[in-house]
This record gives sequence, structure tokens and C-alpha cells, in this order.
Amino acid sequence: MDGIAVGSLYALIALGYTMVYGILQFINFAHSDIFVLGAWISYTIAVGLGYAALSTAPPAYAGVLILLAAMATCGAVGFTIERLAYRPLRKAPRLNVLITAIGVSLFLQNVGQLKWFFGTQPQRMPPVLDDHVIGTLAGVQFHSVDLIGAATALALMLVLDWLIFRTRLGRAMRAVSHDIGVASLMGINVDAVISFTFVLGSSLAAAAGFLYAMKYPGLNQPAHATWVLLGLKAFVAAVIGGIGNVRGAMLGGILIGFIELFGAAYLSPHLRDIYVFSILILVLLVRPTGILGKPVAEKV
Amino acid sequence: MNPNVRRRRFSIASAAVLLLSAGLVACSGGGKESTPPPATPAPGAASSAPAPSGDAILIGHFGSMTGSEATFGQSTDNGIRLAIKEVNAAGGVKGRPIALKTYDDQGKAQEAGTAVTRLITDDKVTAVLGEVASTLSLAGGRVAQQYGVPMITPSSTNPKVTQTGDMIFRVCFLDPFQGWVEAKFARENLKATKAAILYDQTQAYSKGLKDFFRDAFEKMGGTITTEQAFSGGDQDFSAQLTTIRGTNPELLFVPGYYTDVGNIAIQVRKLGIKVPMLGGDGWDSSQLAAIGGDAIEGSYFSNHYSFQEDRAEVKNFVEKYKTDYGATPDGLAALGYDAARLLFDAMGRADSLDGKALAAAIASTKGFKGVTGSISMDANRDARKSAVIVQMKGGMPVYVTTIEPPPL
Repeated sequence: MDGIAVGSLYALIALGYTMVYGILQFINFAHSDIFVLGAWISYTIAVGLGYAALSTAPPAYAGVLILLAAMATCGAVGFTIERLAYRPLRKAPRLNVLITAIGVSLFLQNVGQLKWFFGTQPQRMPPVLDDHVIGTLAGVQFHSVDLIGAATALALMLVLDWLIFRTRLGRAMRAVSHDIGVASLMGINVDAVISFTFVLGSSLAAAAGFLYAMKYPGLNQPAHATWVLLGLKAFVAAVIGGIGNVRGAMLGGILIGFIELFGAAYLSPHLRDIYVFSILILVLLVRPTGILGKPVAEKV
Repeated sequence: MNPNVRRRRFSIASAAVLLLSAGLVACSGGGKESTPPPATPAPGAASSAPAPSGDAILIGHFGSMTGSEATFGQSTDNGIRLAIKEVNAAGGVKGRPIALKTYDDQGKAQEAGTAVTRLITDDKVTAVLGEVASTLSLAGGRVAQQYGVPMITPSSTNPKVTQTGDMIFRVCFLDPFQGWVEAKFARENLKATKAAILYDQTQAYSKGLKDFFRDAFEKMGGTITTEQAFSGGDQDFSAQLTTIRGTNPELLFVPGYYTDVGNIAIQVRKLGIKVPMLGGDGWDSSQLAAIGGDAIEGSYFSNHYSFQEDRAEVKNFVEKYKTDYGATPDGLAALGYDAARLLFDAMGRADSLDGKALAAAIASTKGFKGVTGSISMDANRDARKSAVIVQMKGGMPVYVTTIEPPPL
């Protein structure tokens, strides 16, 4: 159960990596910081609404409200980052953009540590979602927060899948990912599509941040090494699934979640990170394009 | 699509992964005790120089002002500053005022080494105070020892810290004693016979305390059902806790630092483990209750002092600290205050402020009346003191009992 819950969060973050890669062929290193931002903004809003760490059962709409607010804020931040940091470099060599992404990542981490943002103290996320044991199956406890988290993540992924493969905007995104030049000749507003991709990826990362804070309410300070590791694992999920491939990212995320938690439970909890990165090496050796990354696969 | 282009893209992707992993390994290496020695050791050159800032005596403090253990450094710094304010108001030491320079080590061992090097070589401090975490005191202590500058750690409890050399002192009790206190409390007050352990494998403090607790607990007739490890900063403890739950312990011993302990407590209760948790002075932070919330209620930890103790030194200190900082001082603030005052006392008695003379004066401290009890330096430059046990009630550590050291 933990495997699905954590895996679907990895998948949500991996989607952001993979969509940007699919369109711009660069790795947005600042993406994991958007995820952290999502978690901390959820915390800030929840505290702002007056839910304390020990308060009892806030109304059900509170969770939805905070989730949407965090997604909207991070979407706006993602849009701003693309507009200010990446768009001026559209014609620059890819390495320059990559380095800029690392710079944006460091900027977000350190601004987040400032006193008037989130500070340097770990905080406790107030429980805005109902959490109780629903039932036990073969010694495995099912927690409502895990079920809600996994269901929300899966629902968001279904919406995204529909958006990309069933709408005009999605078709435009796919076209841009095939060939930016030709897409713009066909009358597609490339800049708008790219902005939209960033907004989409960032709000998914924010949703993952919110759900993560629900599952693990002790939030580490924004620049803590554990966040970097989480973002990295999500990136690994994107690569394993076949970077640039949306469905591959979903599959990769859930796979990574399972491998990590099953490895921790049945082999040794001390080596949990090693399982993830060993799988990455294996996949890169056997199928360098990732599980679903067929050479002719459609990329978004 | 052109397969060559594709291949190149993937090599970029995989290179990036490797790059990031390498960076991460470098970061997490902070938990180990691997500070390289400073490039240019200048024996004896640094310590004899008078402080540059006018007539003041400059002392240095390195601590975790930010990071997961941020309250450790901040509380200690507050305690030190309070002591300095007092001593300066009373005319200073040897007629000179005391000034303080604090560097943040972010709770990372390599930063601790750098901070102490800067304090000694750039700022030319007379003595160094710090750290709380034993791993960081070990890293900083090596540098201080090398330059021959006396260092007092207010609250590092691992025995290895003062074994670094004759310049390193401490004003708190040691983990063999703390482990014994916890085992005694578990056996005699909680009547527990079966205890499980969950410890942080990246911290010298946690590993040491775990061993001392286990040995003492088993000697007193208790059994350890299982020993599980985590790495500081982990978020998911379900695998370890599920194993622990399966062994049906009557007590869960978690010798960790407060951020991790808070996170662990949440998951302990979530998994339906109802037994009390027990820990050490690493739990001592207002953030413990902020993170752990109701999950940490009712658990116990051993500490250096309790603000509720009925002693004149304690009452006096708590009152002054509250006036200045508007908060109840934790054990680390009290130890920072004691370490600084003990240092000033030794400076007053020392023939000169030279490293060797000052170290000799600190080593000869006997019966110093501190907030955390009477402090006498033994031959190993360690202090011999009593410990208190407190229980988390309503988000505050409430005094339960005092345990005296066993007769020698």
C-alpha cells in the first residue's frame, strides 16, 4: 500500500520532468524544488487557515482547497520561471539552459530558507485529511490518507492523459515535442504551449508536495538533502519509464515506489536508495531508452 | 526521428543523473567523521595573539544555527550570549570585555571543521565553544587541538569527543552514564523487561548511546528484542517499525535527534505501537512537540537539567533567559551558559590567555556551580554530573526524577 502511495507521488513529479524534457530536451533541475515549494505552501496555507498541528478533523473541503491553492501557486511559479529564466535561452545551447536550471534550483532552495518565507526549521504539517486505519489485509494496514493520496494522484494522471491525447491543446503539445519548427509553421503558438507545459508540470509537482506532506507530516527545511533525494528518485522514475514519455513516467514512478518500499521491507531498510539506483543502472544497460521509450514512441 | 539524436539525448540524461548522484553523496558524507586537516597548520601562532577588536577578548562559537538541528545551535548561542552579557556587566574578565563570534555549521561535519579553522586562523579567538552533536564536535575538536586552542563542548556526550586531545573539554555528562541512567529508569521506574531500539546509524551520538543503553539494560536483567537503524533525515520508518511491532516490546528506545524523533513518533503511533518511547538529550527542543504533536505525548527522555528543578541557580537562570529571549531555556541553552561561564572563570584564574595556560586552568576546575549542576573536571577533561528524566506532557518536558551517578 505504501508502495502505491509513494510510487504515485514519484509518478506525479516524474511527469513534470518528462514533459519538459519531451518538449525542450533539457532536464529541469528546478522541478524538485517546485515539489518542495508545493509541500511548504500547503503547510503555509493550512496554518494560515488556522489549522494547528493538534486540531481535530478539519472539514473535508479544507484538503481540496489547500491542494488547489498549492497547485495554482506553483503553476504560477512554474510559469514565471519559464518566462524569466528559460525563454530568453530558447535559442542558446542546451548546456546553458541546464546550468540555468541548476541556478534556479539553488535560488528556490535558498529563498525558501529565508525567515520571511519558510525558515530553516522543520515543521509539522497539520492533518487536513482524515487519517485512520480502514482495514488490515494479511498484516498490511490500509490508511485512508494513503488511499486518498493514491486516488488523487491517479485521478490527476488520468486527467493529464486525457488532456494530452484527447484535446486540441494536447495535440499541440505533442506536435511541439515532435518538432518545434514545423509546429510553429503549422500555426501553433509554441511559446504558449511551452508555458502551459510548465504550468501543468509545476501544479502536478505541487499536488505531489501536498500529498507527500499529508503522508509524512514532518516537513524538513526547504534545502534539506532528503528533498534532493526525492526529486532525484522521481527523475530516475522518468528515465526508467523512458524520458519524454508521459505514460512511461507514470509507470516508472509506481515501479520505483514499489521497488524502494518492498526492498526496504523485505531485504534491508538501510539500502533503500541503492535499490532505486541499481534499477536505473540495469535499465540504462538493458534498455537505454527506458521501458516505454521506443524509438518511434510518441513524445510529449 | 534520427536515432543518433536520440542516443545523444540519453547520454545527456544519464550523465546528469550520475552528476547529481555524485553531488548527493558528497552532501550526505557530512554524517561521517572525515574532516581533512587544514592546509597550513601554524602551531602556536594563533592562540597567543591578543584579540583584534580593541581590548576585548574574542571567543568563538560554532553551532548548527540552521538545518535539522537548528534549535541546538540557536539555544546554545543564546545561553552563551546571556553569560557574556552578565560577565561584561560585572566588569569582564581580567578587566577586559568578552566578545563573541558565531559561525553556522549547518549541522554538517565538514562545515564544522571549516568554521573552527576560520575562528582560529581568521578571527584569532582565544577559546572555542561548541558543538552539540558529537560528530560535529569531533570534527571541530580535531582542528582546535591541532592549533592548540582550548575548546569546550557544552553538550556533546559521546566519550570520543574529549579523547581527541588535551585541549578539548566538556561540561556535560557522558553517554555511558546517560545510557545507564536510561536503562535504570526503564527497569526500575517503568518496570520494562523487553525494549526495542531504533537508532540513527549516521550519528556517533546515537550509535554510542544505543550500545551503552543496551549493555546496561541487559546487565540489569532486561532483554533487547531488536535493534533497527535509520539514517538521519529519513522520512519513512515503516519497515523498521513493522519489525519492531512484531517483537512486542514494552518500551521503544530511540536515541536520535528531535526532528527524526518527531517523525518517528508520528509513524510509531500510526502503526498502532502504544508503548512509551524513551530517548536522550538529543530530544531536547521545543520543535520536538511542534513536529511530534500528540504522538510524542507521554514519552520520556534523559536530560542535563529541567527548568522546573528547585535550585537557586536554575530559577535565576530561567528567569533571566525568559526576560531576554521570551522562551523557556532548554538543556542546551543551560549548558551553553554553563560552558561560557566556566570558561570565563578559568580565564580569570589562568596566568595568561595562552592556549596551554588556559587549558590548564580549565582542567583544574573543581566544584563549579553551574545551572546544570556542580561541574568538576576529571583526568579525562570530562564532567561528572547527575541527570534528570523528563516526560512530554502538553507539549512541555515535565520533570520526573533526578538520577545521581553511581559511586565510583
